Amino acid sequence: MIRCNDVFKSFSEKTVLSGISFNIGDGEIFGLLGPSGAGKTTLIRILTGQLSFDKGYVTVFDKEVSSLLGEDKKNIGIMMDQFGVYERLSCIDNLKVFADIYKAPYDRIKSTLEEVGLKDAQNLPAVKLSKGMRARLALARVFMHSPKLIFLDEPTSGLDPQTMRQIHKIILEKKKEGCTVFLTTHNMEEAYKLCDRVALLNEGVIVENDTPERICRKYNHQKTIKLHLSSGEDVVIPHESNSSEMIGRLLSDGSIETIHSSEPTLETVFLELTGRMLEEDE
Amino acid sequence: MRNSLIIIKKQVKDTLKNKTVLIQFILFPIMALIMENAIRIDSMPELFFTKLFSIMYIGMAPLTSVASIISEEKEKNTLRVLSMANVKPWQYLFGVGFYVWIICMIGAGVMAAVIKKEDIPFYLLVMAVGFAVSILAGACIGIFAGNQMTATSIVMPVMLVFAFSPMLAMFNENIEKVARFAYTQQLKVFMDGMSFSGIKTDNILILAVNAMLMAVLFFIAFRKKGLE
Repeated sequence: MIRCNDVFKSFSEKTVLSGISFNIGDGEIFGLLGPSGAGKTTLIRILTGQLSFDKGYVTVFDKEVSSLLGEDKKNIGIMMDQFGVYERLSCIDNLKVFADIYKAPYDRIKSTLEEVGLKDAQNLPAVKLSKGMRARLALARVFMHSPKLIFLDEPTSGLDPQTMRQIHKIILEKKKEGCTVFLTTHNMEEAYKLCDRVALLNEGVIVENDTPERICRKYNHQKTIKLHLSSGEDVVIPHESNSSEMIGRLLSDGSIETIHSSEPTLETVFLELTGRMLEEDE
Repeated sequence: MRNSLIIIKKQVKDTLKNKTVLIQFILFPIMALIMENAIRIDSMPELFFTKLFSIMYIGMAPLTSVASIISEEKEKNTLRVLSMANVKPWQYLFGVGFYVWIICMIGAGVMAAVIKKEDIPFYLLVMAVGFAVSILAGACIGIFAGNQMTATSIVMPVMLVFAFSPMLAMFNENIEKVARFAYTQQLKVFMDGMSFSGIKTDNILILAVNAMLMAVLFFIAFRKKGLE
């Protein structure tokens, strides 16, 4: 669906993206993780043909991105981090503007609003919607014309956990329908839960690109097992063959309450690779 | 063209719910009608209030509304969403500009109710040209300003100069000498004559220079800032 090969982008003297390469297959959810200012939004703008780049090669739908036609762009849905809704217009009127642009039938509007849980608020002006509802309205705008490729730039940033879960559910449903999703986030739990593959972006460079599970396993240097005993004590033992005897003994005693493996999270992998936290400010 | 029509349709719905912009469109036509019919002073020139408010309308309504619409769309990120939906900048600007021009022409039509039938085409032509130049000026400001606050702070002095200088020029010769370089003052001269025969070459020249200047500023602002 997307091929990005050795892409460079600079603004004046500052290099924002440096040698970015990755491929995204059909029906895949690809996550781009990085802190604010890492170059995530710039990359989305390049992949959607809104911004030119200095060097490299990008294809979307097997076409060079700069040669994408209007018809190709109708198969792309984009939700940026700021939702960009018309505040004085109702949810329905907001979607009507884009239904007209994409030539989507009006009956899609109500079904899409229902899909994102905004059916009861369909006649409310956007200014009266909560931040979570606005996010869902922006999502509805993205899905309304049934695009094959969806770009979501931090779709859950600053939202409450319930809205976040609703949005995750909607994204996973779109994947089931065969959509390819390019998601940027600095929420590693979100990436772990949703993404088939993630790329860790730091200061314009992809420092890792694989499935979340494989990345976490790859950087599992500690190789320890943490046992929480019924006595309340935590015991950390090495992940070695001779530990099995001890675990077996404790299990047969019934003294183990929980067993945890100690592979790192995406957050700790990112910290190890870059010395930065994902959610730190610029 | 289709996208421009969608922008116009959206703008109609939005304006009906936007009191700030709506009042700019209806204030002067209503004021002109009321004042023209309610106030009678013996030595007052014919259609004094209609001509005065018409020039103020040209200098205010299109300028402030276009600047406000564009800067709000930039500030609220809706312009970016439109561009991502493959709406070209010219389609958007044409849609907004044409919409404002039509609404202002309707306002001019209301004000024309008190003008003699044979003078109405000339009056509407003067108004149409004035609105077009003001829309260009408003678009320059809207494109140049990053948000509504900046747009308002730029619009205010520009609007005061163009809308009020013709009125002040009536009372002060020195102001008239400076104001004659503004397109609104030239349009006031056209309106006072209310016929093509009263138009001189220098009137046309000043108006053309004003229009060209606005067009050049518009292209500079657009090239420098775009609609981002």
